[in-house]
Amino acid sequence: MVSLVLDHVGVTLGRRAVVRDVSTEFGPGTLTAIVGPNGAGKSTLARAMLALVPATGTVRVDGVDAAAMPRAELARGIAYVPQGQLLHWPLTVERLVGLGRLPHLTPMSRISAADTAAIERAMARADVLDLRGRIATELSGGERARVLFARALAVEAPALIADEPLASLDPGHQIDVMDMLRAEAAGGALVIAVLHDLTLAARYCDRLLLIDAGRIVAEGAPAEVLTAERLRAVYGIDARVETGGAWPTITVLGRASV
Amino acid sequence: MTLPRWSLIAALSLLTLVAAIASLLFGAVDLSVARLVAAATGDGDKVASIILFDLRLPRTVLALAVGAMLGLAGAALQGYLRNPLAEPSVLGTSNAAALGGVGAIYFGLADIHPIVLPLLATGGALVSLALLVALAGRAESPLTLILAGIAVGTLAVAGTSLALNLSPNPFAAMEIMTWLLGSLENRSFDHVWIALPCVAIGSAMLLWNGRALDALTLGEDAAQALGTDLKRTRLRLLLGTAIGVGGAVAVAGAIGFVGLIVPHLIRPLTDRSPSAILLPSAIGGAALLTLADLGVRIIPSTIELKLGVVTAFLGVPVFLIHLMRERRLW
Repeated sequence: MVSLVLDHVGVTLGRRAVVRDVSTEFGPGTLTAIVGPNGAGKSTLARAMLALVPATGTVRVDGVDAAAMPRAELARGIAYVPQGQLLHWPLTVERLVGLGRLPHLTPMSRISAADTAAIERAMARADVLDLRGRIATELSGGERARVLFARALAVEAPALIADEPLASLDPGHQIDVMDMLRAEAAGGALVIAVLHDLTLAARYCDRLLLIDAGRIVAEGAPAEVLTAERLRAVYGIDARVETGGAWPTITVLGRASV
Repeated sequence: MTLPRWSLIAALSLLTLVAAIASLLFGAVDLSVARLVAAATGDGDKVASIILFDLRLPRTVLALAVGAMLGLAGAALQGYLRNPLAEPSVLGTSNAAALGGVGAIYFGLADIHPIVLPLLATGGALVSLALLVALAGRAESPLTLILAGIAVGTLAVAGTSLALNLSPNPFAAMEIMTWLLGSLENRSFDHVWIALPCVAIGSAMLLWNGRALDALTLGEDAAQALGTDLKRTRLRLLLGTAIGVGGAVAVAGAIGFVGLIVPHLIRPLTDRSPSAILLPSAIGGAALLTLADLGVRIIPSTIELKLGVVTAFLGVPVFLIHLMRERRLW
């Protein structure tokens, strides 16, 4: 079991308040999307949950203040897929996925059989077993997204935060990634994803957190959060929201006339 | 071509051993193997024993230690900065150590005792470390570290140029230039005892960073989210490089390119993760510098070539090969 509780969290970068007074909580077995326009503070909020930026207020992981936790312990609690598919050295897929075991290792310890088993499980879950010997920097965007996802799964943490995991993926690969996130939540994990595609967010997520100018504008079930009025106010767009089907679908009609 | 880790380490160790034995066997004076073996076992003649124990042995030990330190520091810095062109001088430490040595020569302190020069050079490295920590100790981006390193290094180079500029006569300037070229000629066990502890401490700190460097492959945010303490990683990198490379430059002068080319030669033989090249780069650096120093001694010339000159020439073909490989790729 894991819980993530944010209590009046604020982040100031330079002189700009990027996240302001955010209080909310996340529980196990749910997939939550953080949505909002560019520059709303979504990624910074995600980074604050991982204590990657200095924040005011508190983030508690299972009741413990994340800022006061040793880094390795926090790393074993929350796995993270950062924005972009950054990879500085041409590692093999297997070696790259193996980096997910770092929170479980000390600087001089050897990789154990348990670590190897976790790496295998992660590669199987992300369906990259057949890529294991390939050089990760030479993969296509879709393959690389799965491999980096496997790297996060190898941590075997009870919580997972993915920052824009769908960026630069085609619709098929977007669905693959959302399926994987959904499967993790179904397996009991606490999963949070920063997303831009509102229809995919509405289709896959249990809950949406709509952020604008660093504050939570709305949170709850997708159908409650995604109303035409809110999309107009937050994104500045005219959109048609259809709620008749299994999930709300959003059709963007154009920029909202002022 | 990826070699299993232990075969790579075994092969490099064997190469290093061969280089070290050759370094003991060959030199300016032609001694038979039988005389050297007799000297090594304690029943040889006095000349052979002096040449072996007082000249060749400290020189060989220093070549191994300095080479290992430069190779390891290059590998660690390339991993940390995620830049295959990084080398130990990027932090300015070697320039600062060189300035300390130059100061010792310029003010005539080096003539007091052979140990004064390496001590002042080590002092120079430590002063540069303090400056680096003050300038870039807290920030987390590698760019600030590079900028601070350039600032410190440029200051040290300016100081060295000033010493050359103000040299009272050409002989004094020549002495400084000669030392700057880097050499292991006429080194004694006094030098070994200065260099070895520095190299041991520096190497331990850099090797300890291996896993953190692997995590940095994914960028700084991901590395931290994998439990890496970036501040400690950086502090170990700074301390390890300054102490180790400072100690190495103190006894050998500024020897370039070893820290740059050795990781390049090693990387294709490993899985390319930063941690995998650390130890092999240290062993490879030891072998390379020992062989280069052997070359310095046996290449026939009226004036002994300087070690730093030979390593600089070695660097050229390595980069030409890389350039050609890149061109084929694009």
